[in-house]
Amino acid sequence: MATIVQALRRPTSYTGWWSWVTTVDHKRIGILYGATAIIFLLLGGLEALIMRIQLARPDQTVVSPEVFNQLFTMHGTTMIFLAIMPLNAALFNFLVPLMIGAGDVAFPRLNAFSYWAFLGGGIILNLSWLLGGAPNAGWFGYANLTGTAFNPGHGIDWWVLGLQVLGIASLASAFNFIVTIINMRAPGMTLMRMPVFAWMTLVTSFIMIFAFPVITVALVELMFDRFLGTNFFVPSAGGDPLLWQHLFWIFGHPEVYILVLPPMGIISEVLPTFSRKPLFGYPVVVFSGIAIGFMGFGVWSHHMFTVGLGPVANSVFAITTMAIAIPTGVKIFNWIATMWGGSLNTKTALLFAVGFIFTFMMGGISGVMHSMASSDYQQQDTYFVVAHIHYVLFGGSLLALFAGAYYWFPKITGRLLHEGLGRLHFWLTIVALNVTFFPMHFLGLDGMPRRIYTYDPSMGWDLWNMVATIGAFMLAVSVLVFVFNLVTSLRRGERAGNDPWDGRTLEWTVPSPPPAHNFDTIPVVRSRDAFWEEKHRRAIAPVAGGSGRMDPGEEGGYRPGHDPRHSTIHMPSPSYLPVVVALGIVLAAYGLVYHLALAAVGGAIAVAGLYGWYMEPASEPEDTGQ
Amino acid sequence: MRVSLAQFLAAVAALVVLIGLVLAACTPSHPQSTFDASGPVAGMERNVFYWIFWAAVFVFVTVGGVLVYTFVRFRNGEGIPRQVHGNRRLEIAWTLAPAVVLAVVAVPMLLTLFRVSSPPAGEVAVNVKVVAHQWWWEVQYPDLDIVTANELHIPVGRVVDVTLTSNDVIHSFWVPKLGGKIDVIPTRTTSIWLKADKSGTYFGQCAEFCGISHGNMRFRVIAKPQAEFDAWAEAQRGPAAQVTGEAERGAQLFVAKGCLACHTIRGTLAMGKIGPDLTHVGGRTTIAAGLLDNTPEDLARWLRDPPEVKPGANMPNLKLSGEEVSALVAYLQALK
Ligand code: HEC
Ligand SMILES: [Cu+2]
Ligand SMILES: [Cu+2]
Repeated sequence: MATIVQALRRPTSYTGWWSWVTTVDHKRIGILYGATAIIFLLLGGLEALIMRIQLARPDQTVVSPEVFNQLFTMHGTTMIFLAIMPLNAALFNFLVPLMIGAGDVAFPRLNAFSYWAFLGGGIILNLSWLLGGAPNAGWFGYANLTGTAFNPGHGIDWWVLGLQVLGIASLASAFNFIVTIINMRAPGMTLMRMPVFAWMTLVTSFIMIFAFPVITVALVELMFDRFLGTNFFVPSAGGDPLLWQHLFWIFGHPEVYILVLPPMGIISEVLPTFSRKPLFGYPVVVFSGIAIGFMGFGVWSHHMFTVGLGPVANSVFAITTMAIAIPTGVKIFNWIATMWGGSLNTKTALLFAVGFIFTFMMGGISGVMHSMASSDYQQQDTYFVVAHIHYVLFGGSLLALFAGAYYWFPKITGRLLHEGLGRLHFWLTIVALNVTFFPMHFLGLDGMPRRIYTYDPSMGWDLWNMVATIGAFMLAVSVLVFVFNLVTSLRRGERAGNDPWDGRTLEWTVPSPPPAHNFDTIPVVRSRDAFWEEKHRRAIAPVAGGSGRMDPGEEGGYRPGHDPRHSTIHMPSPSYLPVVVALGIVLAAYGLVYHLALAAVGGAIAVAGLYGWYMEPASEPEDTGQ
Repeated sequence: MRVSLAQFLAAVAALVVLIGLVLAACTPSHPQSTFDASGPVAGMERNVFYWIFWAAVFVFVTVGGVLVYTFVRFRNGEGIPRQVHGNRRLEIAWTLAPAVVLAVVAVPMLLTLFRVSSPPAGEVAVNVKVVAHQWWWEVQYPDLDIVTANELHIPVGRVVDVTLTSNDVIHSFWVPKLGGKIDVIPTRTTSIWLKADKSGTYFGQCAEFCGISHGNMRFRVIAKPQAEFDAWAEAQRGPAAQVTGEAERGAQLFVAKGCLACHTIRGTLAMGKIGPDLTHVGGRTTIAAGLLDNTPEDLARWLRDPPEVKPGANMPNLKLSGEEVSALVAYLQALK
């Protein structure tokens, strides 16, 4: 009884594990996203390793074909939705309010809800392993293989429901970041003074709100087909399996940019800091990011070159796809120009950023190769594509996220990651990445299709498959080195101080880790790279007027630690309602599969939670109590 | 730092060596190599690939070289460098440069796209209709009144027009040495044309994930001189061979064990449509969609337990005794 009363009272504590459940602090939510995503990353990596063992030699029976199909479905789904997207979200959460000089995001409770719904979606997807089998139709879930006629088990149900819940989480967070970035920038932080990472967060959030509704519609139709016997994708009843492909890829290609634009933002932060130079051609880098966001919606049929749309449609999609190489190339050139003439501070973060440009460029170039529709007829659905996506998502997104991890870990934890281990991690990753994925180009050109669970020894694919498997194990070691570095540095790493890298943006003006309220006083921004300009310009040309400075301390730096004024800063108070709503939604999803009564209960919990949320005042309980 | 740089260059060198190795690995002993094009469609597609490949190598080496040079030259610099914010001319230049490269490679790509999209007018010599099933291929020659499975026989040097549809889910028809792939979609008809420049057996494989045995959905294209092709077609058109002895016992079992419910053997009672037409199964080189050789041993293995050979196979384990299996094998082998 006591516990129920306890739970019904509004949460007040800011410490202890329960405070992590009720937190609405964007920084803590960012950490939750990051930690959860790393666990899913390890899980997805494990799935990949099992597949690589199976494929190391021809005709192996390490796993059954059914399990193999579940493995590649879950590997793709996990890495995209449960690892890279939430790793990006972790950085959005932790950094964007700090970068734009805000106290928190616009809707802190909605932010907490996004995290819990994401966790719920991840659980729905992964518990399927224990509930009769994981989804088995690929991360792209092509109709009509996902129909009940060919897929009677619950795997696809978990896939549909898990993705729907993840979609809700992504949409909520996208709206949240759009409102935050548009409305909560510090005075003087015009859009064109905003750090590129914040820009890419904004662009990515817009892509999400346009792309996710499309997959939502497709998934709803599939849900209807599976649960209510409709025929959207059932050819024997006049449905159209190609409809799914169009809808899926109208979402799916922009999704690629949801995965890589934030990493491009990271690179655009790391390179200037470690080159001690501003980003070369900031407006061009920003606008090319926006252009990529728009163009990403006009290329979806390049995933469908072989479905028989005819040469005219294929030409159009080939050309729009090739065109995306232009803004992407521009970014790469601007990054190199940023380093040109700089004083490179060759820390691990910079190594990863340079490694990113290198491997991402390879992925980008093989992407252009795929856009060549008439030669893509040969490469489509082969290991060449597998190589391509891994150069883009591992060599691209993940390397940038590693760069971001080495760069911002000190801000997040107050301690530096170990440089020696970092370098080891970097070199292992770069070598392993290429040993794993480069041979896949050869395999694809040598006629090895994707998603086959085994192959015949006469095909001549043994050598490169073995090499790729060895590379995969090296990659596993490199990831373990990273995790080891994270864990040990968390406790024993060198203390970072506010500004270990001579940073350029506002997050480096506050202590590491930042206090709950972020800024003692909201900074006033007078230029791009505001902090760096303040630090380095002041000596040369003192700013006229003197007012509106970013809270200069006695020594003209930025005062670390707490300011007595902070007690007057309004902070959103913790709430358990976001968790309740997310829980209700997850229960409802389980109910759709097992029993409608459970779905009703889940729905009721979610609605009650929303009602409580609506009624709950945003301020501290003490303020409102009496 | 010097050590790291050396390592970096070593990694680049390793990549170059890898590229060299692939060239060595692209020998004709690779039955699905796209480099070893043996027909005009595959040849044109490979040529487009070479265009973009060399363009890619050029871009990668140039930009990658500049990147490495920049890193090496400016690493561990001291002090605050000159604060350069951009350069309009340069930025316009490197926006246009990729556009030009892309425009150049787009030309052969587009030309080829239209050329491979439909067979040269008036040259189609043979029409083939392929119906994909989970996890095997039904092959019909509507003009020649032939139905077979998992093997496409074609005359060398002649244009073959293949139209495709699927009986269940989406598959993709792909014979790398003869041409790129085309998806096979239920309720729709797609098409592709092929031409083999020389006699031989070309390997093909389903390239769209289609369920549990996707990896086991293979097939062969067998190209032979026109005269041999005509003889083959003539033989295929005829009814099943008359059999005697153990094979005759097999023929009875084929009825008694219910095989006829799923298989057709023209000239007998068997008119099932679920599995492959077995009228001339003895003449095929492989069975079960390229999984097994058509030898008595492999055939027996298949009949003993099809799903064990091919997971998910839509032919059940009929719990045949050893003696029944050998009678059936004798029968099926006799159906040349
Ligand atoms: C329920 C339907 C069904 C029954 C009954 C059945 N088969 Fe089959 N059979 C199939 C299917 C479907 C295939 C194609 C399997 C594949 O390759 O995936 C097949 C394939 C074969 C093949 C290989 C043909 C080829 O060219 O690849 C042979 C031989 C064969 N069956 C013989 C038999 C015999 C003999 C019996 C009776 C003992 C029998 N089948 C009973 C459905 C059936
Ligand atoms: Cu795409
Ligand atoms: Cu298939």
